[in-house]
Amino acid sequence: MQRRTTVLVLMAAAVALAAGTDSALAQKRGGILKFAVSAEPPDYDCHAATSFAFIHPVRPHYNTLLKFDEPNYPKVKGDLARSWEVSPDGLTYTFRLKPNVKFHDGTPMTSADVKASYERIVNPPPGVRSIRKAAYEDIASIETPDPLTVVFKLKARNASMLTNFASPWDCIYSAAKLKADPKFPEKNVLGTGPFKFVEHAAGSHWVGERFADYFEKDRPYLDGFRAIFITNTAARVNALQAGEVLTEFRGHSPADRDKLKAALGDKIEVMESPWVCSLIVTFNTEKKPFDDARVRRALSLAVDRWRGAEGLSKVALVRHVGGALRPGYELAATEADLVKYPGFGKDINAARAEARKLLEQAGVKDLKFKFLNRNIPMPYTPVGVFLINEWRQIGVTAEHEQPETRAYMANLRGGNYEAGLDFNCDAVDDPNLQLAKFISADKSPINYGRYKDAKLDDLYEKQKRELDAKKRYALLREFEQHAFTQAYTVPIVWWHRIIVNWKQMKGWHMSPSHYINQDLQDVWLDQ
Amino acid sequence: MLRYIVKRLLMMIPTLLGVAVLVFVLLRMLPGDIVELRFAMEGGRVSEEVMQAERVRLGLDKPIWRQFVDWMTGIFVGDFGTSMWTGRPVITEISSRLELSLQVAIMATLLAVIIAIPLGTLSALFKDTFIDHAIRVFAIAGLAVPSFWLGMLIILGLLYAFNWIPPLTYTPIYVDPWKNLSQLIWPAMAVGYRYSAVATRMTRSTLLEVFNEDYIRTARAKGVYERLVVSRHAIPNAMLPVVTVVGLEFAFLIGGLVVTEQVFNLNGIGKLFVETVTRADYTMVQALVMLVAVFFIIVNFVVDLLYAVLDPRIRYG
Amino acid sequence: MAVITTAPELAEEVRLPHPVLQFIRSQPTGAAGLAFIAVLFVAGVFAEFVAPYDPVAIDFSAMLVGPSWEHWMGTDSFGRDVFSRIIYGARTALAVGVLSSLLGCGLGAVIGVVSAYFGGRIDMVIQRFMDILLSFPIIVLALAVVAVLGKFPVLGLDVNLIIAIAIPMVPKVARVVRSSALAIRELPYIDAARAAGYSHTRIIFRHIAPNVVAPFLIMFTAFIAQAILLEASLSFLGLGVTEPTAAWGLMLSGTSQEFYSQAPWMILFPGLAISLAVFAFNLFGDALRDYLDPRFKV
Repeated sequence: MQRRTTVLVLMAAAVALAAGTDSALAQKRGGILKFAVSAEPPDYDCHAATSFAFIHPVRPHYNTLLKFDEPNYPKVKGDLARSWEVSPDGLTYTFRLKPNVKFHDGTPMTSADVKASYERIVNPPPGVRSIRKAAYEDIASIETPDPLTVVFKLKARNASMLTNFASPWDCIYSAAKLKADPKFPEKNVLGTGPFKFVEHAAGSHWVGERFADYFEKDRPYLDGFRAIFITNTAARVNALQAGEVLTEFRGHSPADRDKLKAALGDKIEVMESPWVCSLIVTFNTEKKPFDDARVRRALSLAVDRWRGAEGLSKVALVRHVGGALRPGYELAATEADLVKYPGFGKDINAARAEARKLLEQAGVKDLKFKFLNRNIPMPYTPVGVFLINEWRQIGVTAEHEQPETRAYMANLRGGNYEAGLDFNCDAVDDPNLQLAKFISADKSPINYGRYKDAKLDDLYEKQKRELDAKKRYALLREFEQHAFTQAYTVPIVWWHRIIVNWKQMKGWHMSPSHYINQDLQDVWLDQ
Repeated sequence: MLRYIVKRLLMMIPTLLGVAVLVFVLLRMLPGDIVELRFAMEGGRVSEEVMQAERVRLGLDKPIWRQFVDWMTGIFVGDFGTSMWTGRPVITEISSRLELSLQVAIMATLLAVIIAIPLGTLSALFKDTFIDHAIRVFAIAGLAVPSFWLGMLIILGLLYAFNWIPPLTYTPIYVDPWKNLSQLIWPAMAVGYRYSAVATRMTRSTLLEVFNEDYIRTARAKGVYERLVVSRHAIPNAMLPVVTVVGLEFAFLIGGLVVTEQVFNLNGIGKLFVETVTRADYTMVQALVMLVAVFFIIVNFVVDLLYAVLDPRIRYG
Repeated sequence: MAVITTAPELAEEVRLPHPVLQFIRSQPTGAAGLAFIAVLFVAGVFAEFVAPYDPVAIDFSAMLVGPSWEHWMGTDSFGRDVFSRIIYGARTALAVGVLSSLLGCGLGAVIGVVSAYFGGRIDMVIQRFMDILLSFPIIVLALAVVAVLGKFPVLGLDVNLIIAIAIPMVPKVARVVRSSALAIRELPYIDAARAAGYSHTRIIFRHIAPNVVAPFLIMFTAFIAQAILLEASLSFLGLGVTEPTAAWGLMLSGTSQEFYSQAPWMILFPGLAISLAVFAFNLFGDALRDYLDPRFKV
């Protein structure tokens, strides 16, 4: 009997091999996917959520208008939309919806549901929190000419609009439920997604089961999933090593990867990618001497990013040197562009000599300051320790402060710091998102440097409206050159995402963001 | 006696009120609040207006005295409020985790008593011999080893030896005793060692004192078998202080689980406590602190009462 | 003649041995503990000369190296020498332990004596307040103290951490000192002192305080051990000492949480250091108790 199964498996494998990259024949139905999540969603409302800890358990219950085309990121494809077109002036977006989409309670999904959901984001009713309202401020109206067509009219062109429509946060809710109670999604999970909500045991786990009436034929493959909340890093890795969970979708440190590889050998698969997250140093321009661009630039010049990234990549989940945009992203600076920016050159001795000279010109001697950092060991602590060591090389003393997250956030946002390690993490590559860190403080809620710079604001607005990719690229370079010369806020190193999963988990695709590709629609278990 | 009980019960009120004021004020003195944490922690771009709306929703915009009065009046009608983070009732959040923590605490206590009483007795009987020294070193070491470190070593050992770790999700003991025990026995061991050390030392020292009492000497002089002297006379009389120590340690244990639950990823009160503190979830932290305080005060009270009842030498006015 | 020769011997017998020698003879385990503490003190104070490496120097080329001749206890995830960090960590542990214990016991003793001496309403109020502190979870206190006062480093040590660790000791010490002081208060000579019209301060410091010295000393050593343990727990929870300072509790937390199953030496040695130090203080404390006051229990 056992032998026969082996033969069958071998045959299946042979067939799969014969089919080449198209492994459709090998896909199997059934099984429960167990995965770890390192934090827990507070409530269930997509439009008010900001955390990957929300996406991982909740996204499989919902669909969005568009989603990213898994292996071909950052291309988008339809999720609820069957097709779409953009008018030549870039002001009208028309979506045709897939027919036969049902909510988990059996009611059909129509254009009215899409309209109601987006209106909730654009114009939240009282008591409803819409976190990403700003991304949709260009929307003038939403029309529904028929049950399967939605038309968005914009006030101004926006180069990032399609990316916005693929945002993993814009879950489509039932219009009827929202009408009865706009806060319905906070405490209830009712979507059209591949999995129905079963249970959330607070502090412990989250369970979803296969939705039999899902609109994609033969999907999902899994019978269900079980997300287990494990906050302690070591416990999470141990769980993975012991096979208690098959994967974790945020990312591991290089050490954990090596450990798991050593322990489990070819039972596991490792996937790596640059990550849409960067660590940046922000100077409080209201505090002396950081009001002086020369001092800020000197501190940026002192950091050997290239050597540091290489060394840090062995201990922390960071690896790439980059500017304001993720290295490898089509609109990001290439290495040739990058080395021209101050602080990004490869001759560190020359850079440090210049740094010392700048400090001297600014009349700053024996600079000593407090460096605010987050008390999260990975990757904040190693990068903080690294930076302090770099600044020591030009005779600057930085004192490491790692208060708990609450005080860190309050001090950073409240301007109660001198210089700090900040982060810029987004769901997708999008200049409109990533550049928001650098524009004037009164225009961006996430700029903690407390400065105003009209030139940056102007360049930001121009690139946002520029539909020609080449011209947008040039504008972005101009933006970076100016931003890093002023050095209010300077990128240090970009994160590196490492996913380790047991080989029986198939059909999941790596991407530079831990917020996308998480509907689990195409994931299956080879067992 | 009744007057004493009533007096003690009345004395609890100012203490608890003091704890309430202290936790309330301390929490609000820290910079930042839950809204900031929730929306900015992961880099969300949230406008000040949305954050202010959320503060209004959570009642954080009200004056502090008003918030305190609301909380107190809520408690008097049995309403502890909802968690600011999850929106679920505080009682639900706590009760779903209390079972696990209590079980670990009880198992650690049992473990401690099972180890401590024979070891303590042996140590006292063979005072100043090699056995005594060995047991005392074992006990002092138990006080010295951080329980979370011991927990890490236990996990490391299990993982290296069996490539196995304890189950990650909690199964109640009445559902599947085996699965339940295979998860909770390890943390119980990690915290139980220290606990047994405390109890062993107590058993030893009280037994030594009891051995010097007149009735034991009389019994020995009468030629009663040594074994009988120890089991019939000495041990029962030495139990009172041991019970006290066990009781007081038990009260501390609920707080002491904070670090160990992190190591074992146990979904208990300790982990909840750390999480809610870092999230600045005021209503939850307040409720948890009050819970620990009430528990602590009641255990203290019961211990004192036991003393008064069991030991006729103690009188209370 | 014989008388003359034996006389010095007799004198030798009669002369009391030095108290330290007496302590060593009667409490050998305690003396062993004391010896280890002395070693720790020397290592901590002269860390610059004892440690083979700079405890904060990063060396990415020597990361996570196992114990060897070059690195006796291996290196951590930054390539820092674990042995050197443990030696510098002794400085942190002893400083935090001794200072917080001094502060906690000192404050507790003053409160205890005052409470016992004045009695009545003052005693009542102080006791209620001590009850409040006693039933208050340490972690919230620590968080509040550290966060409200901010980091306030003096000679590289966070004073607020010391305060946070000291506070939970206060009610425990106050309770013990109060009961010893209560017993003394009733003694006739205190009444006499009062009748003689001495001031409160004089009576407290001249007559009551000397009599609570023994329990105070015993608790002081015991609480140093507890302070070292508590500092380790707080650092483990991210509330204690900050990187890159070398501290034992910190060495168990943070990045070692990521690496410990791969590089067990990263947690093995700091954990041992904590355990041995606390063990030594406990041995010494126990012996001191037996030596000074056999009936006293902490």
